[in-house]
Amino acid sequence: MKNKSLILFILLPVWIVLYNYLQPITDYFVDSILEMEKRSHLTESIRFFIFEVPKVMLLLTLIVFVVGIIRSYFSPERTRKILGGKKLFVGNVLASMLGVVTPFCSCSAIPLFLGFVESGVPLGVTFSFLIAAPMINEVALVLLFGLFGWKTALLYMSTGLIIAIISGYIIGRLKLERLVEEWVYQVKAGHLDVVEEKIPFSHRITAGLDAVKEIVAKVWIHIVIGIGVGAGIHGYVPENFMAGLMGKSAWWSVPVAVIIGVPMYSNAAGIIPIVQALLEKGASLGTVLAFMMSVIGLSLPETIILKKVLKLRLIFIFVGIVAIGIIIVGYIFNFIF
Amino acid sequence: MLEIKVLGVGCTNCVNLEKLCREVVAENAIEANIQKVTDFKEIAGFGIMSTPGLVINGKVVLSGKLPTKSTLTHWLMDALAEEETK
Repeated sequence: MKNKSLILFILLPVWIVLYNYLQPITDYFVDSILEMEKRSHLTESIRFFIFEVPKVMLLLTLIVFVVGIIRSYFSPERTRKILGGKKLFVGNVLASMLGVVTPFCSCSAIPLFLGFVESGVPLGVTFSFLIAAPMINEVALVLLFGLFGWKTALLYMSTGLIIAIISGYIIGRLKLERLVEEWVYQVKAGHLDVVEEKIPFSHRITAGLDAVKEIVAKVWIHIVIGIGVGAGIHGYVPENFMAGLMGKSAWWSVPVAVIIGVPMYSNAAGIIPIVQALLEKGASLGTVLAFMMSVIGLSLPETIILKKVLKLRLIFIFVGIVAIGIIIVGYIFNFIF
Repeated sequence: MLEIKVLGVGCTNCVNLEKLCREVVAENAIEANIQKVTDFKEIAGFGIMSTPGLVINGKVVLSGKLPTKSTLTHWLMDALAEEETK
C-alpha cells in the first residue's frame, strides 16, 4: 500500500509536465518527425487528434481518480438516509447535489428508485436525483473542461443542477404518486445496515484507482472515436458551416437539437468532442449545450427501464419537463452569448 | 452447500460477478447453488440499491461493485467454515 502511494506521488509531477508540454510535443511530432505540410486539412486534423486525445485522457485519469475518492464517502444508502422525509425544494436541492457525488449507474436506477420511494423519499426529490445523476458526471465535466474550458464546464454543471432541482420540484408539486406502478408501494425493501466503519484512507485511494480502471476502460474508445470525428470536422468542414443550421439566427435549432438528442444514446465521451468541433464551425453555445444535455441526461434506454416502475404518462411528463428545461437553457445561452 | 445469489439485471458487472462466482466455486470445488436474481422486488427486498449485489447464505456481502477474486474466495471460504461449525 505504501508503494502505491509512493508511485502516485511520483506520477503527479510527470502528469503535470506532460499536460503542460503537450502542445510543443505535438507540434514537434507533427512538423519535425512526420514532416507534414503545414496548414493542410490533413495536417490540422492530425495535429488536433494527437493533441486532444492524450490531453483528455490525462485529465480523465486524474479527475476520475479524485472523484473515485470523493465517491467513497457517499453511498446510495447514506444518500437515502439524508433525503428521507425531506421537504420539497430543500430536498430537491440536496438530491440534485447528492446525485452528482453518489456512485450511480443507470442499470441500478430501478433498485435505487424502489429503495428511495419505499423509505419515504418524496417522489419529486427522487426525480431530482435521477435527473442530476446521469446528466452531471465526471466524464462529461472532464471533456467539457478539456475541450471547452472551465467556464462552459461550470455553466453545464450549474444549469444541469437547476434543471434537476426545478423539474423534480414541479413533479413533486403535481402530486403524481398515483402514476407510479402500484406494486412499488407494496415492496418491503430491506434495509442494509451499513456500518459506518472508519475506512482507512489507503482504501479510498484503492477505490480511486478502481474507478480509473473501470471508467477509463469503458470510455477510452468512445473518446478516441469522438475526437477522431471531431478532428475530421476540425480540419475539413469550412468555417461558419454550422452557423445556418445550429447558429443563433436559426431560432428553431434549439428545440430541434433536443428532439434529435433525446432518442440518441451516446455517452458524454463520444458526443462532446463532436459537439465541440461543431461549435468551432459556427454552431451557437446554447444550441450545443441543449444538444449535449439531451443526449447525456435523457436517454431512451434509461427511460425504457423506468417503465417498469412508472406509468407511461409519468414518463412522458418527466421527459417533457426536463426537455422543456433544457430548451429554456439553450435559449437563454443563445441570448446571452 | 452454499446458497449464492447474484442480484442484478443486465449490467456488465452483474454478468461478470456471476462468472467470477462460478469460476471460484469450480476452482475450489465448493458445493454451491448459484442463482441469478433479476426480480426487482426480490432485489429491493435485500435492501440492495446498486447492482450487482451478492448474497451468500442469505447474507448481503456486497453491493454496487465487483469484488476481487481473492476477496470473493475469502468470503466463500468463510461461509463454508461457518456452515461446518453449525
